[in-house]
Order: sequence, then C-alpha cells, then structure tokens
Amino acid sequence: MSAPSTALRTGKDPYHLGHAPSSGTPEFTGHGAGGPAPKPIVVGYGFWLFILSDVVLFASFFAAYAVLVYARAGGPGPRDLFDLRTTEIETACLLLSSFTCGLASMAVGRRSLLWTEIALAVTGLLGATFIGIEIHEFARLVAADDGPSRSAFLTAFFTLVGCHGLHVTCGLLWLATMMAQLRAKGFTPSVRHRYLCYSLFWHALDIVWIGIFSGVYIIGVLMQ
Amino acid sequence: MSSPPETPEHPSPLRISSEEDFDLGSRVGEDRVLGQLPSELSSRTLRAELGGYLIGLALAALLTAAAFLSVGTQAIYAPGIVMAVVVFGLAQVGVHLVFFLHMTTAPDNTNNALALAFGFLIVCVIVFGTIWVMHQMDHNMMPTSSSLTMLH
Repeated sequence: MSAPSTALRTGKDPYHLGHAPSSGTPEFTGHGAGGPAPKPIVVGYGFWLFILSDVVLFASFFAAYAVLVYARAGGPGPRDLFDLRTTEIETACLLLSSFTCGLASMAVGRRSLLWTEIALAVTGLLGATFIGIEIHEFARLVAADDGPSRSAFLTAFFTLVGCHGLHVTCGLLWLATMMAQLRAKGFTPSVRHRYLCYSLFWHALDIVWIGIFSGVYIIGVLMQ
Repeated sequence: MSSPPETPEHPSPLRISSEEDFDLGSRVGEDRVLGQLPSELSSRTLRAELGGYLIGLALAALLTAAAFLSVGTQAIYAPGIVMAVVVFGLAQVGVHLVFFLHMTTAPDNTNNALALAFGFLIVCVIVFGTIWVMHQMDHNMMPTSSSLTMLH
C-alpha cells in the first residue's frame, strides 16, 4: 500500500471531511482545512436553507390564520366546516407517502432503479390522493358558499391550506420529473443531488402538514 | 474486485475515493465519508435504515392517532386537550426530523442543526409576535366584544 492509502487507514482524516470509520476521532480545525465540504453536503445544506425559508412563509400564513380565526363576519367557524374524518385520511396519505419517499431514498442509495421507481410511484399515488381529497373539500366549501370571500377566517384558511396544497402539487410535478430523469439518465451525481433535494422537499411538506392538521383542523374543532 | 492503478487522487482502489462514488440518499447530512468501503455502504445498513424508517412511521402514526383521538376524549383533562394536541404535534415534528430527515448531532450536520434552530426562532417570532401584537391592538381598539364581528 502506498503512503496516502496508509494515511487513510491509520492517520487523521486526510480530507478533514468528518469521521472516517477507520480513523478514530477526527480533528476539526474550524479553519476550513481540507477545502470545501463534498458537494452532496453543500447541496443538502443549501436546499435545507430554502426549506427553512419556505417554513417561514408558512409561519406567516399560520400567524395570519391565528389572528383572523374569529373574524367570521357572522359566517361559519371551523366546527361547522371541518370534517375530521377527511383530515384523518389526508394525514394518513401524506404520512405514508413520506415513508415511501424514504424507501425510495434507500433504493437510490443502493442504485436500484426498479425499486426507486416503484417507491416513487407509490409516493406519487398517495400524494395525488391527498390532493384529490383536498380539492374535493375545497369544492364542497365553495359550493356551499363558504369560499375564500365569505369571511376573513375563510380567506386565511384557504390561503394557508391552499398554499400547502400548491406545494404538494409542485412536489408531484417534481416527482414525475425525477422518475423520468432517473430512467433517462440513471443515477448520475447531478440526478442524485436533485433527488436529495426532492426528498427533503417532500418530507418538509409533511412536517408543514402536521402544523395544519393539528393547528387548523383539530384545534379549530376543539376551540369554538 | 478490480483495482484501478493507484494514484494520489485515488489513494485506495477499495475505498470510496471521490465524490462521484458516494451517495447521500435522502439525508440532509450523512455520515458516509471518503474512506469507507463500498461493501460497508451496501450491506451496513439495509436493516438499520429500513428499521429507522419503520420506527419513524410507527411513532408518527401513534402521535397522529393520539392527536385525532384527543378530540372528545375523557382521558385528558378537558381544558388541557388543546395543549396536548400542540405537544403531540411538536413531538411528531421531532420524529420526522430525526427519522425521515435524519437530523443528527454528527459534525457534518452542525450547519443544518444551527440553520434549523435559527428557522425555529424566526417562526416563533413571527407567530407569537403577530398574535401578541394583534391581540393588544384588538384590546386597545375594540372595547366591546360585539364589535369583534365587524373585525374583517
């Protein structure tokens, strides 16, 4: 074995990238020794920052909803409008799709095109079911004359939940694009980086949905 | 295993020696690093990784069920139900972050954790700040509760 390879086995992490399993405790100088982090780390970090800014957007809509939830102009409130059965099914769909997205990530890590495509297809079906149920619910509200123009409460509700639904719809488009790219290009580094971003996006949407089903639907039904 | 000629750029033919060779799956930050054997990569973790996702799914389903079941339950002191739902929600966010987004305390994840902490701070400032300020304005500008219906 040549010198560099011995260094990999026995010495301190030669690239200062982290904790190589075989090299014991790494040394972190904190002075950027060893150059920039590997690309997947940088890509993940950058997209994570975007997701956090997206969460801040949702936080603004949550705040608007919390302020306006009692501004009903004599119209109906959450208890009159929301059917928790529907919300339960939507929640189950999105949670399971987050899980199957994780399975797809495992398949990507193992370069299995078949399993990746299967897991992504299931993810997409569950996401589409979620969107279908949500559109159905919105259509029911609008048909009953309880659309966004009915009261400030309903405006805030449609903005918040509709924005999440729009994100899920974009996520479905992205998912279809990922499936096509994986088939056409295979597991090239750039496709894998894109897939990493996509999976972060999809998991983050499920986290936002936790806030919506708890804060808007359940607590809305609990409070008057 | 075939061995390409050793060069300084590729110190060991057995080990993952370039960024092209390793993959991060769904992880925000991942602890697979240069110098790891490809065979470790593929076999190390099939069960562990699947187990992680299954544990996450089970915990998330449990917390979701608890949140929905707390509507109209007798098991929780009635005025505390709203707080219970909030706690279930926050716990589930934690479960998703750990088991689905793989937030860890690993060194290559420090930046992600710090960004998350900052994001959490901003979210709290926006939500609680807005509720606080608007509540004060309501309080000062609308003396009677009947005028609340004219709010919008």
